[in-house]
Amino acid sequence: MSGQNSFGNRGNRDASVVNTRGMGTIDGTRRSGPVGEGRAGDPFLIGEGMTGGYGKGADILHDCTISVEKGQIAVIVGPNGAGKSTAMKAIFGMLNLRQGSVRLNGRDITALNPQDRVKAGMGFVPQVNNIFPSMTVEENLEMGAFIRNDDIRQTMQQVYDLFPAVAEKRKQAAGELSGGQRQQVAVGRALMTQPQVLMLDEPTAGVSPIVMDELFDRIIAIARGGLPVLMVEQNAQQAMNIADKAYVLVQGANAHTGTGKELMANDEVRRTFLGG
Amino acid sequence: MDILNALVVFLNFVFIPAAAYGAQLALGALGVTLIYGILRFSNFAHGDTMAFGTALVILVTWGLQALGVGFGPLPTALIALPIGIALTSLMVLGTDRVVYRFYRRQKAAPIILVMASVGVMFVMNGLTRLVIGVDEIRFDDGERFIVTVRDFKAMTGLDEGLALRSTQALTLVVAFAVMIALFWFLNRTKSGKAMRAYSDNEDLALLSGIDPERVVRQVWIIAAALATIAGTLYGLDKSFKAFNYFQILLPIFAAAIVGGLGSPLGAIAGGFLVAFSEVAITYPWLKIAGYVAPWYEPGGLMQLLGTEYKFAVSFVILIVVLLFRPTGLFRGKSV
Amino acid sequence: MASNRQSTASASPWRAPVLFGILAILFVLEGTVRNDLFSGSWNTSLAILNMGLISAITALGVNMQWGYAGLFNVGVVGFLAMGALAPVLVSLPPVEGAWQAGGPRLILSLLAGLGVLALARLVWGRTRKGWAVALVLLAGFFLFRSLFDPAVLAIEGNNPARHGNIGGLGLPVLLSWLVGGVFAAAAAWAIGKVALGLRSDYLAIATLGIGEIIVAVMKNEDWLARGVKNITAIPRPVAYEVDLQQNPDFVAFAQGWGFSATEASGIWVKLSYMSLFLVVLLVLILLAELALKSPWGRMMRAIRDNETAARAMGKNVTRRHLQVFVLGSAVIGIAGAMMVTLDGLVAPTGYNPLRYTFLIWVMVIVGGSGNNWGAVLGSVLIWFLWIKAEVWGPAAIAALTGPLSDGPLKEHLLDSSPHMRFIAMGAVLLAVLRFAPRGLLPEK
Repeated sequence: MSGQNSFGNRGNRDASVVNTRGMGTIDGTRRSGPVGEGRAGDPFLIGEGMTGGYGKGADILHDCTISVEKGQIAVIVGPNGAGKSTAMKAIFGMLNLRQGSVRLNGRDITALNPQDRVKAGMGFVPQVNNIFPSMTVEENLEMGAFIRNDDIRQTMQQVYDLFPAVAEKRKQAAGELSGGQRQQVAVGRALMTQPQVLMLDEPTAGVSPIVMDELFDRIIAIARGGLPVLMVEQNAQQAMNIADKAYVLVQGANAHTGTGKELMANDEVRRTFLGG
Repeated sequence: MDILNALVVFLNFVFIPAAAYGAQLALGALGVTLIYGILRFSNFAHGDTMAFGTALVILVTWGLQALGVGFGPLPTALIALPIGIALTSLMVLGTDRVVYRFYRRQKAAPIILVMASVGVMFVMNGLTRLVIGVDEIRFDDGERFIVTVRDFKAMTGLDEGLALRSTQALTLVVAFAVMIALFWFLNRTKSGKAMRAYSDNEDLALLSGIDPERVVRQVWIIAAALATIAGTLYGLDKSFKAFNYFQILLPIFAAAIVGGLGSPLGAIAGGFLVAFSEVAITYPWLKIAGYVAPWYEPGGLMQLLGTEYKFAVSFVILIVVLLFRPTGLFRGKSV
Repeated sequence: MASNRQSTASASPWRAPVLFGILAILFVLEGTVRNDLFSGSWNTSLAILNMGLISAITALGVNMQWGYAGLFNVGVVGFLAMGALAPVLVSLPPVEGAWQAGGPRLILSLLAGLGVLALARLVWGRTRKGWAVALVLLAGFFLFRSLFDPAVLAIEGNNPARHGNIGGLGLPVLLSWLVGGVFAAAAAWAIGKVALGLRSDYLAIATLGIGEIIVAVMKNEDWLARGVKNITAIPRPVAYEVDLQQNPDFVAFAQGWGFSATEASGIWVKLSYMSLFLVVLLVLILLAELALKSPWGRMMRAIRDNETAARAMGKNVTRRHLQVFVLGSAVIGIAGAMMVTLDGLVAPTGYNPLRYTFLIWVMVIVGGSGNNWGAVLGSVLIWFLWIKAEVWGPAAIAALTGPLSDGPLKEHLLDSSPHMRFIAMGAVLLAVLRFAPRGLLPEK
């Protein structure tokens, strides 16, 4: 979508000249703007009134607001193509916001690029391609802690304690692990920055139900430890069960907002998204 | 005794030249493979970057020689090398700033970078010609031999002599040191790991707080250093001729692909494999056969292919490896 | 892709005629105006044009591969060289005694070589054992050399000062153009079969390699085309200047136009060549355009634009790619044969990849990937610039260094100013990639 393909698909099949594996979609050359003041009474993290889309394309989000408080879990649910992941990416600075702002911990970070948002305390786990496949588990975690200059061993031990299954495989290439273990590595990598807020884009996509339950348990544990968690979920039912706050998006706009329990009780939400 | 003589001939005409050539190819292929792995395209300008870097080293060498600066038994070019690397890095970084960054920012398909590298190749080729001309230049000074044929014969009493040129030894020592340093950098340092992370998954590297532009700058500097070192060693060993550096592109690419594009270890293995095959297949084995099997009279030179076809060798190895192991000897990034 | 800023610019139907008009003006200026920039000689102007047309045919071949199928061929020089062999083997007069010396044996050895390769393939297919194939190939190699070497020695020993080559068949040179296409197509088939069938393509490196190898063969196999000793006097399909100058009718005709007989004869010959080349070029473009509009062409484009979907629909993508690669290479081969016919000589040392592979690529990209008329425009324009850069470069350097005092630096710069053409070509390519990546005449 982004990027200028002047030659169409020409030449991109020839492995002796081009390497399309691991290619990025985010413009890493963009520079950050200034950090502004937050507003009084803000939640810990809030993306407020966000309107925008990818590059110069049409708007995908329309006046969308998402927030999360300290120690809470907020989930974003909604039908396919509702802009759930896009809202997440907007908060992380990966698309052009035409209106709205993103504020974290009393600061306005709307003008920051994604790299600097990481430094500002945000941790993000993308839905796919969320590990470094040819690097070992340990190296994946080290890369998570790239911006830190202090001793990371303690944090690494915490991650291993949280995910004992991957601790055993710390010297193995992450790409060789099973789907569930990869997700654990991915979450672990994001935790290594010691973020102030953790954002997960469909962490349970493509993993078996047992693994999914286990992952949810871990996520709850993380949130109860004081780290606010914002996540997009496809499995609306389970997600709402654990959510302190839930957002239902439809066509890039807020349709319903409330605690998980409130929304579960809401007839319309149940009919349209929870299948009765 | 005959076996020893055969061994000496083998070392003198096959093993030592091939090892030196292999080291040069490996250094070149490392540059190509790093750019392929991290910047995601095959840099057609790499051969000309080698030529350009070497031309700068030669110019600095001349300057030093004019000032009366020497390096004792070692070639003066060795002192000039760091300056050459610095200048080439600046040139390459400038190229990135002017040419490649534009497409990176657009997240353009890598093929356009390949095309752009062809343009850069033309410019670099022209610049090299402009700076130093098209003639053959020898810039090797200092001691020419570590072991001469005569000394060796006197020392061992064998019929066959062994010569070890100082440039060959230098090539091996420098190449070995550079490779160790590179592997240490890639596997042990934070910047090196960040580079591998960027190669694996650009977006996630960014989301881990790795500055992509910094990685790109580092890659270019390393590639420029590798190209200049490889070019200078090649030039010291053989001689400098701008066009040869263009031609060496094929064996370098072949080495990088045979080893597995994107795999540094593969590039080194590929470099030596290509070099040893090239030398072994184009070497007339008659003399060695004469020692090993004196009863056998082949009635020819026992040369499998004429030296003119040495490029064919790297090509055939390439095809064979690709047919049986498409990802290269070491699993590269290409599939 | 649709939001590409060039898409609006390409909408103008006048774009192509205007650009071709400008190109024509350049050539007219070259033919008529004599100053620092132009030579004012029709002979020069037409000579540039003729070579430009041959480049255009080459670029057309490359554009078929790149534009229709997205194949990146960096062995253009090899396919040109392959085509260049055809006039030598087809239209040169037979060399006395060469065939008797070793002809049949040579053919036998080449057949044996092919047989060995076929056998190796068969063995691989049956046994899947690498060592068995290696054994077959090794034994086959020695068999081949034992047949081939004496034949070559005998042929090269035949009157080596004048000939030493196998000689031609004495057939019309125009026929050899077609044969040139066939030669290049055969080479392309062999290389494409290997490089296109893998999980992903390795065509770029494979063509880079085969290009070097073909040129190496041409340089070193003296029996084929006398190697670096060059072949001269390839028969012409048009009149010879000397004959024209001795023809009183022609002399009178030339004087009627105000030209000397020498000049007019040169122009006449070049015009004849130009007409021939134009006919070939137009026929090829016509065929290419017809092919592109046929179901086959639509399928090619579908494959190029979405290979996965095409594959899912049961299209054999590899096979189509191979087809178009062979066809494009055949066109390049035809151009190669035409080129040596125009030059009248085969000089293998001149086959430099920078000039014959990468410059052609500059032409294709500048002209417009996927647009046949773009390829023609780009080729003739770039060729014109390439030739004129040799004149303009020194002029520019002289102007730039004018204020500089005479000294070694100025002298060095002036001496090496012809190399400016490389920098100029690189700059043109980079500028086009940056500001008009779809080329001067973008694909519709």
